[in-house]
Amino acid sequence: MAERELKKKQAPARTEEVVEEAPPATDKGEKLKAELDDLLDEIDEVLEDNAEEFVRNYVQKGGQ
Amino acid sequence: MAIPKVIGMETEYGIILRGAAESNPIAASSALINAYVAQVQRKVGWDFEDEAPGNDARGFAREGSTPPEVETNLVNTVLTNGARYYVDHAHPEYSTPECASPRQVVVYDKAGEKILERSMEAAARVLPPAQGIVVYKNNSDRKGNSYGCHENYLVDRTVPFSRIVQQVIPFFVTRQIFTGAGKVGTEAATSEPVPFQLSQRADFFEEEVGLETTLKRPIVNTRDEPHSDAQKYRRLHVIVGDANLAEVATFLKVGVTALFLAMVEDDWLAEHDFVLAAPVQALRKVSYDLTLRQPLELAAGRTMTALEIQWELHDLGRKYAEERGLDCLGGHEAGRAVLQRWEAVLAGLESDPMALSGQLDWVAKYNLLDAYRQRHGLGWDDHRLAAMDLQYHDLRPERSLFSRLPMERLTTDEEVVTAITEPPPDTRAYFRGKCLQRWSSAIAAANWDSLVFDLGTDPLRRVPMMEPLRGTAAHVDSLLEGCSSPAELLERLGS
Repeated sequence: MAERELKKKQAPARTEEVVEEAPPATDKGEKLKAELDDLLDEIDEVLEDNAEEFVRNYVQKGGQ
Repeated sequence: MAIPKVIGMETEYGIILRGAAESNPIAASSALINAYVAQVQRKVGWDFEDEAPGNDARGFAREGSTPPEVETNLVNTVLTNGARYYVDHAHPEYSTPECASPRQVVVYDKAGEKILERSMEAAARVLPPAQGIVVYKNNSDRKGNSYGCHENYLVDRTVPFSRIVQQVIPFFVTRQIFTGAGKVGTEAATSEPVPFQLSQRADFFEEEVGLETTLKRPIVNTRDEPHSDAQKYRRLHVIVGDANLAEVATFLKVGVTALFLAMVEDDWLAEHDFVLAAPVQALRKVSYDLTLRQPLELAAGRTMTALEIQWELHDLGRKYAEERGLDCLGGHEAGRAVLQRWEAVLAGLESDPMALSGQLDWVAKYNLLDAYRQRHGLGWDDHRLAAMDLQYHDLRPERSLFSRLPMERLTTDEEVVTAITEPPPDTRAYFRGKCLQRWSSAIAAANWDSLVFDLGTDPLRRVPMMEPLRGTAAHVDSLLEGCSSPAELLERLGS
């Protein structure tokens, strides 16, 4: 309960911050990005060969 | 007191046939499902006796709107886990069995993904060698065509539908901050560019309330088809959500929604007015706002962000839990888990959204694509990012981008595999699934609220199952064990 109230007290500070275009990068975010780097090193092997054609040909009938 | 929140989820999957000159999605969906069913069980068809998707919860007739079609001639089967697996609107669709807790929905939703994965493998064995069917668990083809992931919640019939509508709209608009599956770009006409948005579906909603599901989609769908005792129950049919791959996102989506609906039932929110001035516009505004800081105008004149509304609802939920308990979410512990995760995720969204990349789909997708974008110096409009957006949802393990990410699990592989064939023990799906396992050759058809037996001699015999929480293992295990034939079962049931 106390923890939650603490968060609420912090809330007003946000209104003065500049609204950014993208979520702010943080230390933790940077670390996650570093982990993603390893994944990115391998990812080209599994990506669709021709991205433009793949995206163009992915056509669905509308559903619900 | 709020009634137990029996929950089910229906997912229409995207489908493509590779290696063929022409692709008919209905034929491909049929081939996919038939290939799977042929290898696992005798096919038992769906019984359409109870289908009435044109009934409107607001109590008036279908005048001026198109009643949804029921496609009775397409592949439509019931699985031994109690699920329905069928072709709907040119998509393969999997509806989970009725579940008694939010976490159980996650298990059966993941079992659904496995069933689709096995279906692709089964189809590959019967298709020409150069061809293959690929299935995507997403909600849009990026060209303006959308297909849904619908949730269903059991609600007390005595609750005025108008109250549900009024209170649930701001909840649905703002829950996108954790339910969104993420999308590159937009399929709606916008004045500003949208590089990336939280939701797959927000672009496709044009009304606040209505019966439609395929055009002019409404935030609150009024389909009144309880699939249970219509005097006691309502089935709230929720069409505004995204299909999630992240287990935490699915868990929160159904868990928080079920908790919210319990609060609506107990009129817990009566003194709190979050009515939005322009809900349809707000739905998109929230989806387009990666900062989570854009204010939304309320009808009462003030403004709140989506996160602030969710925080207030969370606080109300916590007080509700303290005073009323959370048994309606499948037990107190199950309910506590929902509240705790809700709080943790809201706190994460407030302080560092990107740290939730192991829990929420939109964050996971954004992080992956943004890292790729930066590495290669791409703009958000690059085809490679659009392709990765689609491929995030590819259900082939060797191609899925989602499956390469270090996502938090709430289920185990073992329980998901079990859920492919075994029904949940604590809803009527148990009776449906167990009868199918034992006596499928004597079952002519099945649907949510009945089983139709064909014993070969008598007329067909219908066993009604109008109570979603009857027919559980506790109710029927000894009965089923004691019967050596379906005829004996029917005799003992007195049908």
